[in-house]
Amino acid sequence: MPHDGHDHTDPPPELALRVKALESLLVEKGLVDPAALDVIIDTYEHKVGPRNGAEVVAKAWTDPEYHELLMSDATAAVEGLGYLGRQGEHLVAVENSDKVHNLVVCTLCSCYPWTVLGLPPVWYKSAPYRSRAVSDPRGVLVEFGTELDEDVEVRVWDSTSEMRYLVIPARPEGTEGWSEEDLRGLVTRNSMIGVELARSPDVVGTET
Amino acid sequence: MNGAHDLGGMHGLGPINPEPENEEPWFHGDWEKRVFAMTLASGMLGQWNIDTSRHARERQNPADYLNHSYYETWLAGLEKLLVENNLVTADELASGKADTNAKTKTGLTIPGPGDVPKILEKGGPSVRAPNSEPVFGPGVPVKVVNIHPTGHTRAPRYTRGHQGMVSAYHGFHVFPDKSAHGPDDGAHLYSVWFTADELWGNGAPETEGVFVDLWEPHLDPVALWPR
Repeated sequence: MPHDGHDHTDPPPELALRVKALESLLVEKGLVDPAALDVIIDTYEHKVGPRNGAEVVAKAWTDPEYHELLMSDATAAVEGLGYLGRQGEHLVAVENSDKVHNLVVCTLCSCYPWTVLGLPPVWYKSAPYRSRAVSDPRGVLVEFGTELDEDVEVRVWDSTSEMRYLVIPARPEGTEGWSEEDLRGLVTRNSMIGVELARSPDVVGTET
Repeated sequence: MNGAHDLGGMHGLGPINPEPENEEPWFHGDWEKRVFAMTLASGMLGQWNIDTSRHARERQNPADYLNHSYYETWLAGLEKLLVENNLVTADELASGKADTNAKTKTGLTIPGPGDVPKILEKGGPSVRAPNSEPVFGPGVPVKVVNIHPTGHTRAPRYTRGHQGMVSAYHGFHVFPDKSAHGPDDGAHLYSVWFTADELWGNGAPETEGVFVDLWEPHLDPVALWPR
């Protein structure tokens, strides 16, 4: 893994063996059902992910009533689209503009809004991000290629409770008249954590 | 506890080096999937709560915590929870073989594949019935208590002793500092705004700050400080 200090794709053999041994022990003792483990993995590999959050954001960009509900009761607004459950029980939406930029971190562990973004990326759980997001947020943003004007207020949200924070990125310029479906394609996972802005329509245009 | 997990404000941990968003897999290797799923499935046995679980992960030698990848930390936490809750013995863990003479807990309800979706969908709301009125409200200045408990706390070190302003009231939630050690007690939960200058000192930009969720026992009214 060139982007990470650890090589996650090739764990030490003793680690893989330790995990296998633990699973067989738990199965032998009747504490877990391997088929249940498969369902859990399948859920977070295939059923939950940032497309859920992108749907929420694009709807908020195009539907003023939904936007109002999202900003006042994000849990209800997100559940209304059918996304509910673990690590999304208490949601708060925080909105970016040309004056304010929000950034989410969990300095103590890895709290993250699973129902709308899926499981967190490795960097979100890593010591470099967790240590500096609160003390040097602009420096962190630069590492993601995000440079903000000096007068933009940066608000960092440290997820220390069961409240989960979803950043609503600013709607990019040049997207007037776009459909909700097309807008979803501009909403990246990173923009909903707050380390990047939503994608520019120019960039997306050159891809299609 | 003042462990290595309490990372806010630490220096020297290197660049973030994020994997590009569209290239990062959900799991880096099969073992991560199994650790993740075993952790969730074991949690569904109802023998511990999410705060106990977090505390099990942070109770590591700081050097180990910082050296471990995140799922290694989950694995270390899970092994600890299984032994401490008498679901497996330390010997069984070491040998990888069930001991028929082990006096571990039996008769637990094991969720099957058909039970998993509804358990995940139900989640674990942390709101409880309040037993008091909230002391603070939005706009009220507060100071974080200077505590250094050896147990679990969700008041990060970088906030302790610092003054902030309540920005929102979130209701009456389970208080992790207690629930990690058993009792399902609640406390009023607030979002507290700290300016970067207050937390990090002179030179911090005026246009930066941090919101931290803190429970009433973490907060003192500013007028009472110092006590």
